Amino acid sequence: MNNVFVYCEIEATTVAEVSLELLTKGRKLANELGVQLEAICAGHGITGKVEAQVMPFGVDKVHIFDAEGLFPYTSKPHTSILVNLFKEEQPQICLMGATVIGRDLGPRVSSALFSGLTADCTSLEIGPHDDKKLGKHYDQLLYQIRPAFGGNIVATIVNPENRPQMATVRSGVMKMEVLDPNYKGEVVVHDVAKYVPETDYVVKVLERHVEAAKNNLKGAPIVIAGGYGVGSKEGFDLLYDLAKELHAEVGASRAAVDAGFCAHDLQIGQTGVTVRPKVYIACGISGAIQHIAGMRESGIIISVNSDPNAPINAIADYVITGTVEEVLPKMIKYYKNNSK
Amino acid sequence: MSLKIIVLAKQVPDTRNVGKDAMTAEGTVNRSALPAIFNPEDLNALEQALRLKDANPGSTVTMLTMGPPRAADIIREGLYRGADNGYLLTDRAFAGADTLATSYALATAIQKIGIPDIILGGRQAIDGDTAQVGPQVAEKLGLTQITYAEEILNCENGRVTVRRHIDGGVETVEGPLPIVITVNNSAAPCRPRNAKLVMKYKKAMVPLEKPAEGLPYAEEYERKPYLTLNQWSTADIDADLQQCGLSGSPTKVKAVENIVFQAKESRTLTASDQDIDQLMKELLANHTIG
Repeated sequence: MNNVFVYCEIEATTVAEVSLELLTKGRKLANELGVQLEAICAGHGITGKVEAQVMPFGVDKVHIFDAEGLFPYTSKPHTSILVNLFKEEQPQICLMGATVIGRDLGPRVSSALFSGLTADCTSLEIGPHDDKKLGKHYDQLLYQIRPAFGGNIVATIVNPENRPQMATVRSGVMKMEVLDPNYKGEVVVHDVAKYVPETDYVVKVLERHVEAAKNNLKGAPIVIAGGYGVGSKEGFDLLYDLAKELHAEVGASRAAVDAGFCAHDLQIGQTGVTVRPKVYIACGISGAIQHIAGMRESGIIISVNSDPNAPINAIADYVITGTVEEVLPKMIKYYKNNSK
Repeated sequence: MSLKIIVLAKQVPDTRNVGKDAMTAEGTVNRSALPAIFNPEDLNALEQALRLKDANPGSTVTMLTMGPPRAADIIREGLYRGADNGYLLTDRAFAGADTLATSYALATAIQKIGIPDIILGGRQAIDGDTAQVGPQVAEKLGLTQITYAEEILNCENGRVTVRRHIDGGVETVEGPLPIVITVNNSAAPCRPRNAKLVMKYKKAMVPLEKPAEGLPYAEEYERKPYLTLNQWSTADIDADLQQCGLSGSPTKVKAVENIVFQAKESRTLTASDQDIDQLMKELLANHTIG
């Protein structure tokens, strides 16, 4: 009772990275609260395959739901699993990935249980809360922290009364760390029919194409990101030229993606990928908080911007005041000159 | 087969274009400086609804929105593009709603209108980016859902086939009506306003928009009932006030911080050859790059 639960996303028999990141975070939250960490795995043919993937992250109990119809994911059966399991287990916290699946499932579960859900959190902490109006004190609530209102503010959201406190978090936001490779938790294989009525299997997946990510933004040691200031699709070619020299990956801000300068999967930030490269070169990026949220932990930040007062300059180690067309060719030239 | 379709749409501040003038001297957001727009993905949803209407003669498209009286713009914009009618939920008791209280109000209004065959909405609104209201409405109505839709491929014999975006790919799924579908920005853009419909509906308004002293063309509103748009309060939809607005919102905002970046010690360089040459030498020397 009152434990921390993580819904694990599973592609065939592989647990998604984002779920392992959340198990890492969930373990820390559970330790702070003095409770256990439990994982939910739902899919088909997963028994005996997923347990060893989740246990090393410090899972005390894994709930397995294994049945035909649970993979590929559809909304209703997975909703019923969580809603009915939570009625029995009364978790205090439930985390899930802010992925297409997590953002399809989370709101349904919160709606059914009347529990609060905060999307796309960039930080999760435990802390006290006082409701001044009601004069009530709460000892240990989950602080769900996320940029809001176009990134001009950062809001801390709490769910004082309703349980579970639910939050979704994007892939790459939390760090993934194995707690103990030999950690042994309990495995419970549930009878799916007790949780999911036959009538839930109403949506049929007719066709499905999933490709591995085309870029390696998350793991790249050097990221060169372009913003609206790059100016055009052609402008991004300069970024690719520099990336080729530095063996870097190219990323982008939402403004550049929205302007059609580059593909959506390059987006770095709260609603895109979170990166922690050794070097981050921001080209023509002003630095909205959502973007900063996705790159602030980079080692060295170099900002190339014609506006000397661009907000991103405040967190940059090097600020080059100039346009992207002017500066990038020079960076390529002098990199070549000096790296022989 | 004729279809009954409801489109959920929201008027949002244009957070994509937050300029410097949108911030007050104290560093807070000056909402009035941001233009109010039709949430972009709700327009994608409207287009899917209108295409279904085109393909299925006799179908109706109903706009449903919640907000202050000026949010009636959303209904007008829908009418200008081919929607048939619309409802504005407006009441102080709806204010301060989080996604759950919003979905309660919308679901309750939909029950009052009558459960349609298809409920369409944008995947998410740009002022919150939560993508929660669509699925929460579906759950409250006990309907199934298809989120992240890119195109409705087919709708016949009580089933709908949809191509949807998933992480790293696409999926084609089929589900039974009635159903909730949320639409992505990668779907077809919405058609422009139709000039004839603009002429027909440009004077349409909800009662709260009408000035107290009366309108110069009051008799026109009597002759043309379609110029008076539906406006519903909590009482009109028999809403449980405990589930509306702030009191119906399990999430509370504990704190709000304006963004002030902590300045690091940074070095400022010019775009001169000399500066960039020096920078590259330095980064190579300390093995930052290369």
